[in-house]
Amino acid sequence: MSAPALDRTLDEASLQAHFDGVIAAGHRIEPRDWMPEGYRKTLIRQIAQHAHSEIIGMQPEGDWLLAAPSLRRKAILLAKVQDEAGHGMYLYSAAETLGADRADLTDKLIESRQKYSSIFNYPTPTYADVGVIGWLVDGAAICNQVPLCRSSYGPYARAMIRVCKEESFHQRQGYELLMTMMRGTPEQRAMVQDAVDRWWWPSLMMFGPPDDDSPNSAQSMAWGIKRHTNDELRQRYVDMSVPQAEALGVTLPDPELAPDPQTGRYRFGAIDWDEFKQVISGNGPANAERIRRRRAARDDNAWVTEAATVYAHKHAAVSA
Amino acid sequence: MGHEETVYDALDHAHGGEGQWAFGTGFDEPLAGVDTTVPDGVDPADLGAYCLMLGDDALVLAQRLTEWVTASPELEEEVAVANIALDLLGQARLLLARAGSVGVLGRSRARATASIPDEDALAYFRDPDEFRNTGLVAAPNGDFGRTMVRLLVAATVRLAVLAELRRSRDPVLAAIAAKGVNEVAYHRDHAARWVLRLGDGTPESHRRVQAGAVEVWPLLADVFSPTDVEHRLTAAGVAVDPSTVRGEVVEVLTAVLGQATLQVPEWPAGTVPRGRLGEHGPELTELLGTLQGLARQHPAATW
Repeated sequence: MSAPALDRTLDEASLQAHFDGVIAAGHRIEPRDWMPEGYRKTLIRQIAQHAHSEIIGMQPEGDWLLAAPSLRRKAILLAKVQDEAGHGMYLYSAAETLGADRADLTDKLIESRQKYSSIFNYPTPTYADVGVIGWLVDGAAICNQVPLCRSSYGPYARAMIRVCKEESFHQRQGYELLMTMMRGTPEQRAMVQDAVDRWWWPSLMMFGPPDDDSPNSAQSMAWGIKRHTNDELRQRYVDMSVPQAEALGVTLPDPELAPDPQTGRYRFGAIDWDEFKQVISGNGPANAERIRRRRAARDDNAWVTEAATVYAHKHAAVSA
Repeated sequence: MGHEETVYDALDHAHGGEGQWAFGTGFDEPLAGVDTTVPDGVDPADLGAYCLMLGDDALVLAQRLTEWVTASPELEEEVAVANIALDLLGQARLLLARAGSVGVLGRSRARATASIPDEDALAYFRDPDEFRNTGLVAAPNGDFGRTMVRLLVAATVRLAVLAELRRSRDPVLAAIAAKGVNEVAYHRDHAARWVLRLGDGTPESHRRVQAGAVEVWPLLADVFSPTDVEHRLTAAGVAVDPSTVRGEVVEVLTAVLGQATLQVPEWPAGTVPRGRLGEHGPELTELLGTLQGLARQHPAATW
């Protein structure tokens, strides 16, 4: 019995070497390939969090679907929220290629055993929030996600290509709404500035903790799951957003925001990481409501899902 | 490296892929570039009133279906229900714009600022008694089973009407109907599949969807009753008399419910078309309060 065990160890070593070679060459790992358990677990966690963020992210803007102030805006918003459901679906499917199960991941979300992006725990009191979510939140998401199109895991990378293309439409639609509002009444302009004041800092937090406090980053970079550090991506986002804010005619709420003549990049003020920790650990303004609604969708309709399953079995048995 | 640049590049040049965005990124009025001349011998007031009937049905049902977004049983259903609502919203925009194009705007035009397009003046600045939808589409959703029964019934009626309307002497209505037929055929199919699954699923789903049918069926009472406007426009070859589609609707619904092992509730006796004449219950006032609230708070704003 000891010889096969020895072989298994040898096999594992050669599989690991092959995996390392694929990563080093910048090629992709596919579902049938051998992968280390840590790689699989890290990917499932990251992809599931991402999928949960898409689904929970339907809610803050979805709150305006029934009250959107023109039919055109209603159509745009409905198409956008629908896209987010679609993104959630591709991402859960990518996680399923790693052996996860969508229903189980949903349960983990509802039981707060897995996280989602803390940005979606902020409320959306005005219609300008719809525009600012498109411009800043989707803008930050794009900065985060474009490099993931090169992620070492094939199904995730391919899902991200499609997601990023759609996100870029959302961002432009959001910015266009804000442009229209800035050309509108004084109340509309005040609404836009107020929304920018509320969303700017949380959008900076979307890139995650600073590099010196990001325990999983180094391993994820080595595995090619992540391509840039949190702070690099955050800086890229700030540099992109400042000229957009100027073109829009709004002020970003950071007195320390200024170009650094040495680097040509923008310096910005200190982020309130205590707020981040509070929100991510469940104490944000809307955490409870977000989870309550997701739970209600599952529980109130459990009879529907059960009926669909029973019906499918019945009719599969008939045709078999 | 190269790949990432390609993606950034694709994002920067995203205008090449506008077909992917459901509504384009332009700002066109729904009927931009369309010849909106009224056919000979047709009273524009009648034509506009008829467009409001079909347009309000679509707008109100779209609003009801949108209530399911973030509350649906499955993610696939979130996508489907949003898709159906989007189709109906698109039909509503065309039909309201058509009503506006023939000058049927009622009191709404005086309430809305000039910069607000006709479709929005009509959707956001009419009071409930100016809406021309049936009670069938305005009724609250109830549970998912009742929602799907109502969608099945409403889509079956609408599909039968639109199929005939493709031959309308008004080329704008004929074109709107031709586009709508494909969409509503899918809505009917989607709802029918759910009614089958729920009817022939578990005892609980059977009980619930049967109860939903019992609640929805009485709403058919005024759906087949034509108004004077529909009489005149049918005679002029422009509209469809709803009483002529009753046979097809009864046949389709009887077949679907039968296959779903459900009992067909009693067909209600016909009544005056209250909804078409602007008589509605409190549920429409509530629905419109949500739909119109923000737009009315800022009557001088454009969005």
